[in-house]
Amino acid sequence: MYRIPILQMGSALLVTIQVDMEDQTALQLQDDLASRIETTGANGVLIDISALEIVDSFVGRMLAAISGIARVLDATTVVVGMQPAVAITLVELGLSLEGVKTALNVKRGMLLLEQGQHGESLERD
Amino acid sequence: MPLRGEPDIVASRQLVRKLTQQLGFTLVDQTKMVTAASELSRNTVTYGGGGEMGWDVVEQGARRGLRLRFRDEGPGIPDIAQALTDGWTSGKGMGLGLSGSRRLVHEFDIQSAVGEGTCVSVTRWK
Amino acid sequence: MASHAQTLITLLQDERAALLKAWTTATHGARASAATPDDLRAEGWSNARRLLEALSASRAAQGQSAGETSAFVLALKLPIFAALQQRLGQDSQTLLEAVVSVTTKLDAMAQWTMTAFQRTREELIARQQQELLELSTPVIKLWEGVLAVPMIGTLDSSRTQMVMEALLQKIVDTESGLAIIDITGVPTVDTLVAQHLLKTVTAIRLMGADCIISGVRPQIAQTIVHLGVDLQGVTTKASLAAALALALKRGGWTVARTA
Repeated sequence: MYRIPILQMGSALLVTIQVDMEDQTALQLQDDLASRIETTGANGVLIDISALEIVDSFVGRMLAAISGIARVLDATTVVVGMQPAVAITLVELGLSLEGVKTALNVKRGMLLLEQGQHGESLERD
Repeated sequence: MPLRGEPDIVASRQLVRKLTQQLGFTLVDQTKMVTAASELSRNTVTYGGGGEMGWDVVEQGARRGLRLRFRDEGPGIPDIAQALTDGWTSGKGMGLGLSGSRRLVHEFDIQSAVGEGTCVSVTRWK
Repeated sequence: MASHAQTLITLLQDERAALLKAWTTATHGARASAATPDDLRAEGWSNARRLLEALSASRAAQGQSAGETSAFVLALKLPIFAALQQRLGQDSQTLLEAVVSVTTKLDAMAQWTMTAFQRTREELIARQQQELLELSTPVIKLWEGVLAVPMIGTLDSSRTQMVMEALLQKIVDTESGLAIIDITGVPTVDTLVAQHLLKTVTAIRLMGADCIISGVRPQIAQTIVHLGVDLQGVTTKASLAAALALALKRGGWTVARTA
């Protein structure tokens, strides 16, 4: 069965989703990430969905689940590269992905993870 | 096309993508329709015990659209009204797929009864 | 003035000549191929059809009415009847048949121009509407990483959809982390408008960027509170200037006056 590869970049794990996933593949990713966070002691997870043209409620729930699981394992998750059409559709679908951090691209996503590590909070007034 | 297992959910997405592209839908409209198909295909496979998806190109005056039909011989939905409310936070069940996909299409029709299966029909105009 | 009239007459004569030529060619061609000579949609008539459509399109673009266009075609009747009378005056049977054939043909041609005229107008209007829509919601790069969209006019769902698509795409293209939506030009904010705004804001945040709504007049602020609209933590500012100042501050920029 196809497993989505998980790369390690410093103290963060990087996942790039490039295929139209079957539900099982998504669930497998969840499992794999959880165990990888544990074994590597990673404190950040970056999920690149810039190649995903469709994010339905299943994938959405998976992203939220990964975010939650990672948090329990003391790691921050950032989802990056959401396509505009996907964002518009998700809003219409009613999926708010509450609790899931997002960033425009990998670069900003890594910045977000680093900031989180150093205890800096993003400036909000 | 048949909707029996998970690979069929992926196949239905790809098929609807191709159909909407051929009809000249905008990217956002394609995405909405494919996402709706994904939700409804999953419902058919997971809750309907398998079924099939049919499609038609429809016309209304000058505009053209795509109609998708999802049919299964499963247990049926006891309370349609409830299934259509946003069951988002409950996490389980088809509330998400149904109510969400309803917002993604222009026309939405559902026929279902306990023991008689379910048929959902959605249409999106170009 | 005389030269204008002359140019016009020459133009009309040219058009008439072209139409008559196409007509004769089509009739001869149809007879030769034994196809139905009376069906304007047949192959042999393609030249004539194109001519009629071009006639119609040019008239439509000049703002003439549909009636004027078909009148041009129908005006050929009298002269042709007169010519037929002259040619076939003695043979009333043939004359009758000829008149019927000509009338049918000209009526069909006039109808064709009407249909073509309508189609051209509709396409023109649709195109103008689209352009107007696009013109009224430009996405502007205000600063490095800051985009602004001045919303002008009523915010309906199709407008919102268009703005959302354009804005989101620009955010991706320019990698801008902040979008300022200015609603100074939006006359009223009701629950529906607020919903549309919120959808746009949610989409922006889903993608990983942030959003400030500016141009919130006191009345609008009151309406929002009164309606119980939950802005979900979106920062709002009364003016675009204030929003820009905030955007700069968030981006770590300081503005210093050198004089």
